[in-house]
Amino acid sequence: MRLAAQLVDLEKHYHLGEHTVKALRGVSADFPEGDYVAIMGSSGSGKSTLLNILGALDRPTMGNYILAGYDVGTMSDDELSEIRNRRIGFIFQSYNLIAQNTVLENIQVPMLYRRDARRISAADEHRCLDLAAKVGLGDRLDHRPFQLSGGQQQRVAIARALVNDPEIILADEPTGNLDSATEKDIMNLLSALNDEGRTIIIVTHETSVARRAKRQIVMKDGLIERDGMLLTEDGK
Amino acid sequence: MLPFGNTFRAINLAFKSLLLHKLRSGLTMLGIVFGVFSVIAMLAIGEGASAQAQQQVLALGATNIIVLSVKPPADSAQAGGGGSRGRSFGLQYGLLRSDYRLLRGLPSIVGAVPIREIFSETRYLQKTPNARVVGCTSQYPDMNHLTIQQGRFIADADEDKLLNVCVLGAGIAAELFPFDDPLGKAVQIKSYRYEVIGITQERTASAAIGGSMSGQDYNKDIYIPLKTFQVRIGDRVATAQAGSFSAEQVELNQITIQVREQKDVLPTAEVIKESLTRTHGTKKDWDVIVPLELLRQADQIRQIFNIVLGSIAAISLVVGGIGIMNIMLATVTERTREIGIRRALGARRSDIVQQFLTETIVLAGAGGLIGVLMGLATPLAFEGIQWIVEHFVLDAATQNSPLSKMFTDMHPKINWFSLPVAFGISVGIGIIFGIYPARAAAYMDPIEALRHE
Repeated sequence: MRLAAQLVDLEKHYHLGEHTVKALRGVSADFPEGDYVAIMGSSGSGKSTLLNILGALDRPTMGNYILAGYDVGTMSDDELSEIRNRRIGFIFQSYNLIAQNTVLENIQVPMLYRRDARRISAADEHRCLDLAAKVGLGDRLDHRPFQLSGGQQQRVAIARALVNDPEIILADEPTGNLDSATEKDIMNLLSALNDEGRTIIIVTHETSVARRAKRQIVMKDGLIERDGMLLTEDGK
Repeated sequence: MLPFGNTFRAINLAFKSLLLHKLRSGLTMLGIVFGVFSVIAMLAIGEGASAQAQQQVLALGATNIIVLSVKPPADSAQAGGGGSRGRSFGLQYGLLRSDYRLLRGLPSIVGAVPIREIFSETRYLQKTPNARVVGCTSQYPDMNHLTIQQGRFIADADEDKLLNVCVLGAGIAAELFPFDDPLGKAVQIKSYRYEVIGITQERTASAAIGGSMSGQDYNKDIYIPLKTFQVRIGDRVATAQAGSFSAEQVELNQITIQVREQKDVLPTAEVIKESLTRTHGTKKDWDVIVPLELLRQADQIRQIFNIVLGSIAAISLVVGGIGIMNIMLATVTERTREIGIRRALGARRSDIVQQFLTETIVLAGAGGLIGVLMGLATPLAFEGIQWIVEHFVLDAATQNSPLSKMFTDMHPKINWFSLPVAFGISVGIGIIFGIYPARAAAYMDPIEALRHE
């Protein structure tokens, strides 16, 4: 099976004055294509740091992060930007839409930063419309974020995450700001994406969310404590 | 460079962000608007003032050299004065008829007009205005750019026959003859009456230039033939003032000399100075004025003015730029989250720099454009100021003083070159003051930026 992403002995150190804080102390994991992984752990366990590295927002101090065959750890800032743009789709807890843009424009944002094709072609436009329809917002293209509910905003964010056809989708507490009914809708949407073969990594501390994943990784003190099918959909 | 479509989209995006905060963008722009406006307005006013000065100097004639009689200081006059010329009558000084004959003979001179003038009361019926009575020859109007409105100017024949004829300036004609046609009427000057044979066209007064020449109001002149002047009025003028009596004897007050070309002006002026030094010796009772030199001085003063005014206006542009930078820094802080989102979605640092720099340039450029449009209205605004000054500041007495006339007659001239330059500078200010906030935005840590509330 091909690997979408691979972590090898990943360490991340922060220098705070004279002290060195080791947020990650040797993390190794494989993420095969089509995987659906939930990363869990209490605060301070290192899961945010891991997420930042997985998202190519940060570089590891030691070890390797291989994404789609590229070693992200040695890349320049511009190269990291390109990796984020083409290989990673972000979904955030607080949606992080651009307030002054419409739904359609928000979905298009990652297209504006493609290195090779910054111009939005008719085909691109079509793709955005398809994605909006897919997440159920085909009739709200001209709305602005403040005119949408939380669930709708998160749907826009999901469509935006898919627009450049990324290698992995990274979701950081995607349902943290939503009620349970909406949470179910969003999780159904993510499951559907996984069924299409997309690799999804989701960071959460809610078991109801983690249960939907195929695999769970539990972090503790900068290390992976447990990794595997720890929770099942019909309860443990 | 970036492809064109991309630039267009960046500008579009910038407009959208700026329109999100209309009031803030508008206020930020004001600094640049007024900066650009004041640059254009200052240059226009400077240009207008210099054009006015140049016109006045040109009215004196660019190919003319003016030789004047100057009343020497009292002690030197007595030292080198009358004694040598025999019979002395009061103070004797100034250019002589022999000077005129001497100068007329110089090469490269095409014309010379001797002038004798006094200030005297004139009379027609019960009107008795004071006027400058000028004895001159037929060439005078040509050299001083006077045109005749009615009748004719003094002819050589008038002089030969010592006729009692006169030509009135437009102003004095209106004063003496408010209702009648002056032609053919007789005006009394001193103890003789002179028949009016012509009236000159109204002409703007020339202001004093560089302190070497007093302002001249040609409209209050009365011209009579020079020889008639000598015979009827004479060289000696006695004035009785309260308690004192003074007399002076002057043959000629002024000789206006015209040379063929402008390049002959300065060498000829030197020759004139030398010959007069030889004939008058140490007695410095004459002076040579070269309008061309005044023109050059006026031009230099104009340049100094433009530089000074331009610099002051440039300061306001810089202040406007600082205002823009200040707001852009606030904007960057305010939009930290947006920057984080864009970075997470794949924007490179250069993309962020481009976004914020474009915003600043659009802001400054739009301000510049409005400033240019306002600058175009400078003449209108200046007219408004002139109206206010005329109606509320000046009273009837000061209205006709040379200084206020100079102000009210001035017209700002927009220097077309200043429009693109001022606009270009405003865009340049956008770039200079935009780089720092844009870089501050680009070099934020995307993780921190995403977490920013």
